Amino acid sequence: MIFRRPRREGAAPLTTRPVDSAGGGASVVTDDAPAPHETSAPQSDDHQPDSLSDPETDGLADLLDGAAAEPTWSDRLRRAAGRLAFWRSGRTRLDRSDIHLGARRDRFSLRDLFAEAAHGIGAKPGRLVLTILGTVLGIGSVVVTVGLAQTAAGQISAQFDAVSATQALVQPGTTGSSWSGNARPKTSLPWDAPERVLRLNGVEGAGMLGTVDIKDAAVTAVPVNDPSAPKVVSPSVVAASGGLLDAVRGEVVTGRFFDDGHSERADRVVVLGQRAADQLGLSRVESQPSIFIGDDSYTVVGIVDAMQRRPDLLDSVILPLGTARADFGLTSAEEMHLRIATGSGPLISQQVPIALDPNTPENFEVKAPAQASELRQAVQADINAIFLALGGVALLVGGLGIANVTLLSVMERRGEIGLRRALGASKKNIAGQFVVESVVIGMLGGLIGAAIGVFVVVGVSILKDWTAILDVRMALGAAAMGGVIGLVAGLYPAMKASAIEPITALRGGI
Amino acid sequence: MTAVDEQTVEVAVRQPVVELVDLTRTFPGPVNALTDVNLTVRSGDYLSIIGPSGSGKSTLLHILGLLDRPTSGEYRLDGLPTGTASESDRAALRGGRIGFVFQSFHLLPHRTVLDNVLLATLYSGVPRGEREQRARTALERVGLDHRVDFTPSTLSGGERQRVAIARSVVADPKLLLADEPTGNLDTKNSAGIMDLFDELHADGLTLVVITHDLAVSARAERRVRISDGRLQELA
Repeated sequence: MIFRRPRREGAAPLTTRPVDSAGGGASVVTDDAPAPHETSAPQSDDHQPDSLSDPETDGLADLLDGAAAEPTWSDRLRRAAGRLAFWRSGRTRLDRSDIHLGARRDRFSLRDLFAEAAHGIGAKPGRLVLTILGTVLGIGSVVVTVGLAQTAAGQISAQFDAVSATQALVQPGTTGSSWSGNARPKTSLPWDAPERVLRLNGVEGAGMLGTVDIKDAAVTAVPVNDPSAPKVVSPSVVAASGGLLDAVRGEVVTGRFFDDGHSERADRVVVLGQRAADQLGLSRVESQPSIFIGDDSYTVVGIVDAMQRRPDLLDSVILPLGTARADFGLTSAEEMHLRIATGSGPLISQQVPIALDPNTPENFEVKAPAQASELRQAVQADINAIFLALGGVALLVGGLGIANVTLLSVMERRGEIGLRRALGASKKNIAGQFVVESVVIGMLGGLIGAAIGVFVVVGVSILKDWTAILDVRMALGAAAMGGVIGLVAGLYPAMKASAIEPITALRGGI
Repeated sequence: MTAVDEQTVEVAVRQPVVELVDLTRTFPGPVNALTDVNLTVRSGDYLSIIGPSGSGKSTLLHILGLLDRPTSGEYRLDGLPTGTASESDRAALRGGRIGFVFQSFHLLPHRTVLDNVLLATLYSGVPRGEREQRARTALERVGLDHRVDFTPSTLSGGERQRVAIARSVVADPKLLLADEPTGNLDTKNSAGIMDLFDELHADGLTLVVITHDLAVSARAERRVRISDGRLQELA
C-alpha cells in the first residue's frame, strides 16, 4: 500500500495542463512507445484548443500559432509551452510547498541529527577513546591546576585564621646562632613596654612574659618535707604583666587575673593555668588557697584557661612581673604578646621597635602577620600561569587530535556521506552531523577530564590532609570547554565532509 | 463536456515524472557525455537504459538522480524545474521524490537492516510517527521481515539488495533509479530482484533501471539505448 503514490490535492494544477498535454503529444524522440497510462495523442490535441480559447492564454495562443508555423513545430511548441508554463504560474524559483511532499518539520530534525551523530560516535569505541584522550588530559590538567591552586589558597587562609591574623610577638633580637647554642639577646624589653606599644595605632592589647628561674624549689599545694617521697615534676613558673591574659586570649575560669597593681606592689599572688591547677589539686579560689614555691606561699587569685597563643601556659604558674623581680630576681621579660587589629601587621612590625627603643630599633624582632605575602601570591600566580599554559597546550593537542581523527573519519566515511546525500541529505545536514559528532566527542573528553581532575584534587587533598576546595562552576565550565574545543576542531572536517561530491563518493561503495 | 472535464483532470494528474528537454552535459575536455537528450518518463513507466560503458549511462543516472547538473537544457522532475534550483532544494527533491538502488548496495555495515531502511526516512520528510511502521512494511514487502535486526554483513548479496530496495521505496518516491542493480548478484538472485521490480512496477512505481545486462533490460516495458551520449528508444 505504501508503494501506491498518494496524490496531493492541487499538486498538479490545471494551469500546467497545456505543457503536459503538449509534451505528451510530442512525446519523446519516438512516438511509437506509448506509456501505459498515456492518453492518445489526438485526445491531447482535443484539449489544446480548449486551453487556448481561455482568455488568459491569449499570449500562449499567439506563441503557439507562431510555433506551429515553423516546420519543426512539435519541438518548438514543446519548448515554448514549457517556458510559458512557468511564466504563467509566476514561478521563477521553486516553491517550498512543491518541493517538500511530506512533513517538512520531520525532515532530519534535531532529534535525528543527534541520533545519527550518536551512531557515528559509537561505531568505533576504540578510536573514540584515542580521540578523546587529548581532551581528557588537557581539561584534566586545567581542572587539577585550578583546583589545587584553590585548595592551596584555602589552606593558607585556614592557617591565616582570626587568631593568627590578629596576633604579634615582640622579642629582643639575638646575636650568634641559636644552633650553636651561643645565642644572646642583644637587648631587653623595657618594663614599661606594654604601655609604650598600647599607644600605637592597631595595638589592642599587650602583655609581657618571662620565664622565672626558681632553682630547685618545688611548686606544691602543701609543703611536705618527705625525703622518701618520689620527686614530682613541678609546673613551670612564668612571670607576666597584667595585660597578658587579654593579649594571648586567655579566659578566667574562676577568680581573676592579677593586674599591674599587684605587680608594682610585688604582691605574692599567682594565677594558675587550668592543668597546673588540676595537678596541684585546686579548683576553687574563694577560700584564697595558697601554693608554695619552695618555702614561700603565694595566694592563688584565679585559674585561667584557653590561652590560644600560648597553650603551654595552661601548665604554668603565672606570677606578676614585679613579684618575680622581687622574689626571684627576674631581670627582664623575654617576649611581649600583642593583640592587634586585622591588617595592621606591617605597620606594627615597623613602629613597635621604634616605640621600644628609638635609638636601636633594629634590636627587636617583631613577628607580625604579613599582609598576605605579595611575593607568595606572585609566585603562586607564576605557577598557575605555567600550569594553565601546559593545560592550554594539552587542549590544543586535544583539539588537533579531534580534528585529525574527524578528518580521517570523514575520508573513511565518504561512501556513507555520498549515500546520505543521495538519500536527500543537504550539505548542511552532513556538516551538522560531523560538527555535532565532534562537539559531543569534545564534551565527552571534557566531562571525563573534569571528573578525573576533580578526583585528583580530592586525592591529593586527602593525602596532604587538606580541605579540597573546588569551584563546581569551574569543573562544569571545563567540561563545556571540551565541547567548544570539539566545535572548533570539527568545523574544518565538517566543511570537508559537506564538500564531498556524492557522485565520486558513491563510486567507492561503503 | 462533463466527460471531457473528468478526462482533463485525469491527464493533468499524470504529468511526466521525468522530462528531459534538449539536455546536454559536457565535461571539461571537452567531452560530450550527453548530447541533446529528450526523454519523458510518465508515472508508472518501467524504463531500462542500456548501453556500453562510457556511453553516458552513469552521467544520465547522475542527472536523473539530481546528483549532477546538466550543462544546458532542462530537467523537470515531477513537473518542477531542477536546473536552477539551489543545492538544498535539489537535496530535498532527491529525498522526497527519488529512490536509489546501487550496484554495490551501499548499506551502512554497522547499522541494523531496520536502521538502514530508516535512514531514507530521515531526509525525506516521512512523519516521525510513521517511520518505523513504514520501514517494517517495506521490509515485509521485499520479504525480509525476519531479518529486521540483522546487520548487512550477515546477509547474502540478494538479501542486501532487497534491503537497499526496501530503503529506496520506504519514502514513497515518485521515481526509483536503479544503477546496475544485479551487477553484483548471481543469476538466481538477479532473477529474484527482477521479479521484485516487476511487482513494484505492478503496484504503480515508476522505475528507471540502468544496466548493460540484456536479460535485465528485457524485463522493462520501454527500453532506451544510449551510445555516445545520444538516446535512442528501442521498439
